[in-house]
Amino acid sequence: MSSALLSTRSLSVQIGTCRVVESLDLEVEAGQFWGILGPNGVGKTTLLKTLAGVHPPAGGSVRLGNQPLASLSRRAIARRLGMLMQNTQYAFDARCEQTALVGRHPHLKPWSRESRTDRALARQALSDVGLGELSERSCMDLSGGESRRLALATLLVQDPAVLLLDEPTNHLDPANQVGILDVLVGKVRDRQKAAVMALHEVNLATCYCSHALMLFGDGRWEAGPTQELLNEDNLSRLYRCPMRLVDDGRQRVFAVAASP
Amino acid sequence: MSDTRRFGLIWIGLLVAVPGSLLLAASWGSSGWIWPWTQDGSMSRIIAELRMPRAIAALIVGSLLATAGCLMQVLLRNPLADPYVLGLSGGAAAFALAGMMFGLVWLPMPLLAFVGAFLTMILVFVLAHGRGPWSTTRVLLTGVVIASGWGALISLMLATGPDASLRSMLYWLMGDLSYASLSPWWLVPVTLGHGLLWLRARSLNVLSGGVLQAALLGESSRARFWEIYLVASLLTGLAVSVAGAIGFVGLVVPHLMRLVVGADHRRLLPAAALFGGAFLVVADTIARTVLSPRQLPVGVLTALIGVPLFVLLLNRAVRIRG
Repeated sequence: MSSALLSTRSLSVQIGTCRVVESLDLEVEAGQFWGILGPNGVGKTTLLKTLAGVHPPAGGSVRLGNQPLASLSRRAIARRLGMLMQNTQYAFDARCEQTALVGRHPHLKPWSRESRTDRALARQALSDVGLGELSERSCMDLSGGESRRLALATLLVQDPAVLLLDEPTNHLDPANQVGILDVLVGKVRDRQKAAVMALHEVNLATCYCSHALMLFGDGRWEAGPTQELLNEDNLSRLYRCPMRLVDDGRQRVFAVAASP
Repeated sequence: MSDTRRFGLIWIGLLVAVPGSLLLAASWGSSGWIWPWTQDGSMSRIIAELRMPRAIAALIVGSLLATAGCLMQVLLRNPLADPYVLGLSGGAAAFALAGMMFGLVWLPMPLLAFVGAFLTMILVFVLAHGRGPWSTTRVLLTGVVIASGWGALISLMLATGPDASLRSMLYWLMGDLSYASLSPWWLVPVTLGHGLLWLRARSLNVLSGGVLQAALLGESSRARFWEIYLVASLLTGLAVSVAGAIGFVGLVVPHLMRLVVGADHRRLLPAAALFGGAFLVVADTIARTVLSPRQLPVGVLTALIGVPLFVLLLNRAVRIRG
């Protein structure tokens, strides 16, 4: 028995012939915010999908709390685990509030309607992601960044204990990137949730993630607290290009090293 | 106007539209306009034995097709999907016709039509999916090609079949309610079916976000999709076995209703079922009256309305998706 909300036991993940991870043992506990780092095409999305149970593992298992993910129904999973996908496309016109309310689906019986509380939750989520003004707008008329934030609002309305986030900051301007990560970190810390997030931007990981998982692209991986794991050596190895730590006394930032 | 009030008015309008359309069908005919209750003798018999059973058939077929359209649009995540455009109606008609021609009379025609529709659905989805990603154009193209394939088979059967029944067969294939009659008792199972379907309405909302999104929100999406495949084929098969291949009802009606009540299937399904029924009753009444004593197949009329709308929608969809 462990206190982890989400854990893996010697998990191996493949997509096509590409090995994403081999024998991954991960314990994601309440209050932890994990960042998955790795070069493009290394399989970050596939790993997240495997953790969500929508991509079959090549070996090993994923556990949600004390239960193997494979033994749970989709509905039971969706109440405790949610995922923000990289792209969300809406096919039909619907108001933003309506779209966010879809997140209540796993919590409702087939015949029951969304309650007043559910609606309040949806409005709160929309204003959390900065879309409070647009709750009456159609989801088809949103910009890339806005529809990204709408997808995140849907996830917040679903309100799972484990949040899987695939590049949540894509398409967002700096202010919104920070705004959204602040909201997510707040949820993880105050409500004792756990988050696993795939990221391109190392410096967002150093700012927001308590832990990091590095994927090297050949099945090798390294995991640990961000402070210990993210350093010049490891990152240079990870991205296969020289990375340098720049410190101006107020902030430490990783950057691609300028050629001499 | 508040939402509650607006939807109240819409529901009253839709609920009035159904008896209203039936009244129109009873009152209007080749002999001009008459009020049903002022008549006696032969005219009442015409109304009770000819016009009403035909109007009820139109009502039921219209609501089946509109509902099938809603379901297929969720499957494809595309407002252009329709049982006629994608060849389901063609498959159902070809199977039903083959059954008649090869003397498979012990098999009920709705069953044959269902099998035809279901096979077409599977065929279209397997061919259109292939290895690549979904694309609107590809699915529509596959559907259209399969539909014309069924059309060719049907022509072959007609060409080799007996001449005597050619005209009625042709009419039936165009979508014709002249020989259709259903007793009002049919409304009971149809209403019950819609009630059951309504319990899945929120799942449909989730499924219209795509397979993956639906799985993440707690739908066992594979099972749900098979359910929809089956139900949409069943509805199409039933409609075709009553009235032949009536086109575009499944396209026009859900589209209009989505504009009126929104994309939430808990509203869209009942609204489309009611309006689809009333729409087809009115269309059929016009079709049998406007060129009287000649009777047009109602499919001609629905196509005349549906084709321009389809082109308009396609144009919009291409603009949005690029």
